[in-house]
Amino acid sequence: MSTLKPVNQKAWLLVIPVVLCVAFSAILPLMTIVNYSVQDIISPERRVFVGTEWFRTVLRDGELHDALLRQLGFSLAVLAVEIPLGILLALSMPAKGWKASAVLVVIALSLLIPWNVVGTIWQIFGRTDIGLLGAALAGLGFDYNYTGSAVDAWVTVLVMDVWHWTPLVALLCYAGLRAIPDAYYQAAQIDGASRLAVFRYIQLPKLRGVLMIAVLLRFMDSFMIYTEPFVLTGGGPGNATTFLSQYLTQKAVGQFDLGPAAAFSIVYFLIILLMCFVLYNWMQRAGTAGSAGSEDMPHA
Amino acid sequence: MARIDLDLSHSYRPDPQSDEDYALLPLKFTFEDGGAYALLGPSGCGKTTLLNCISGLLRPSHGTIAFDGRDVTAATPQARNIAQVFQFPVIYDTMTVGENLAFPLRNRGVAPAQVRQRVGRVAEMLDLSASLDRRASGLAADAKQKISLGRGLVRQDVSAILFDEPLTVIDPHLKWQLRRKLKEIHHEFRLTLIYVTHDQTEALTFAEQVLVMSRGKAVQVGSADALFERPAHTFVGNFIGSPGMNFLDAQWRDGAIEIAGRRYMPELAAPAAVALGAAGGFKVGVRPEYLRLAAGNDPQALPARVERAQDIGTYWLVTATVQDAGGAPALVRARLGNEAAGLAPGQTVWLSVFNRHTCYYVNEELVA
Repeated sequence: MSTLKPVNQKAWLLVIPVVLCVAFSAILPLMTIVNYSVQDIISPERRVFVGTEWFRTVLRDGELHDALLRQLGFSLAVLAVEIPLGILLALSMPAKGWKASAVLVVIALSLLIPWNVVGTIWQIFGRTDIGLLGAALAGLGFDYNYTGSAVDAWVTVLVMDVWHWTPLVALLCYAGLRAIPDAYYQAAQIDGASRLAVFRYIQLPKLRGVLMIAVLLRFMDSFMIYTEPFVLTGGGPGNATTFLSQYLTQKAVGQFDLGPAAAFSIVYFLIILLMCFVLYNWMQRAGTAGSAGSEDMPHA
Repeated sequence: MARIDLDLSHSYRPDPQSDEDYALLPLKFTFEDGGAYALLGPSGCGKTTLLNCISGLLRPSHGTIAFDGRDVTAATPQARNIAQVFQFPVIYDTMTVGENLAFPLRNRGVAPAQVRQRVGRVAEMLDLSASLDRRASGLAADAKQKISLGRGLVRQDVSAILFDEPLTVIDPHLKWQLRRKLKEIHHEFRLTLIYVTHDQTEALTFAEQVLVMSRGKAVQVGSADALFERPAHTFVGNFIGSPGMNFLDAQWRDGAIEIAGRRYMPELAAPAAVALGAAGGFKVGVRPEYLRLAAGNDPQALPARVERAQDIGTYWLVTATVQDAGGAPALVRARLGNEAAGLAPGQTVWLSVFNRHTCYYVNEELVA
């Protein structure tokens, strides 16, 4: 009865493998968490449906609020340090020749080291008796002790993350910079642009795409940080470096509070999703609305 | 505005040995203050290299550049106060059209009132007034190129404005309009303009003087008329004109010119006859426009076999071959009127080759 050509629905079959893969890798595990989050499972035979009770418990948990704030502070600090530092590094890297290759290899080294090894490296590095950093700081008269002082521990975890991940930002920016055609720099030279103006009006706008990727990656990764601080400080001293995933692990594995832990996992997941959504939209707009109609227009 | 004296050569290799190693062979040339020049040549002939040497984006490996007698070889583009427009549009994405145009002025600390006035003026010239407040990144390629052009024109005190094939991305109708605009600007402000192109129409209509380049070498400088009438080199004869000049291999034998076994006695000035006599073998060059059909019994006409006759609208393009006893047949093209309408392939035509427009080349160089 329809005049349209009948649509061939067989293409759906091709989607099935992907659906199955995603189901087993993401959706089914997530459903297990959902299952735990709404029930009190005492033993495999005995389970009680508790509705939103675990969620309410988790949202009223003061320790969790502290961990969340700590986590937000840490992630923002990571972005505030690693993004500008990465751009600076990329700008100062040689553009071609053997030096460029050498610098690329050297700078990528820290990215190849497994997380727990990074933690171990810094644990030793920061020790005041045998660690280069710790001993040097102690020798210079600083009262440095990352196992005792909350500030020292927090700063050490931050510096460790910066050391581990700034090269990623730098590499992304480096790729972005190399993609800018020479004509832009030549035109800027002809137009008499200063080094700062070249950065502000050519390099930074052209880096928008890679910076967006860098910010999202570093935000997500730092928001889920677990292994490195676990190895380095174990979340201490006190709760100074207990970030969200660490707190979650304590709840789930340490205290075996599977219900609240599952509820919290879901909340955690939603927070990351929301933050990424907000960041992505904000950066999209920042790039395209930019300086349009700024106050110092050259004409009336 | 400045007079620009060049005495330079450039090689991208650190240790140039032969001529092939040079992107730009030794060149001595003066761009007079307020002149409109074109650098014309095929792709890869060194036009852009020469332009970048003038603007200061590239430092020539040998020789010097002087502006008004002042040596600027080591000076930056800023110090030379040069404006340059590139082949592909360069715009600052985050700025509006107006801010783009104002950028070169602001970087030099020009007063806001004056910036506003100049930007308004240039925008009006290029029909950009309506989009001054728009973001430059969203515009079409030709509008972007107009912005690039505008940035080149916005400063009034520049030594020279250099154009590197600026109209490549512009569509033909607008191209013609913009070229006329540039000419108007030149007449109004008498700026020194140097225009790089591989399009002869563009070069010949824009410039007062055209510098024809081939393989890193400047082969001829002259007005459009000179390049057409008296090409100094067979390359120029071939490159300028559509189709290019015809060249016939000839010999000097017993006081006459011999082409494909036939003898001709055109009127020649005495020194030219001496030069041709000394050379022995040479080439006779004649533009398709100056070939005429002759009567079959004309002893001064050249017999040729018609390959095809095409109606190109306003004229007929006749392609014919001249049979040489020894060598390969030479191809000759003639631009003829309606008298060519009856010509059929295979037919023999008689072409009068020798007239006051005929040129003679020894070793590819013009001698008469």
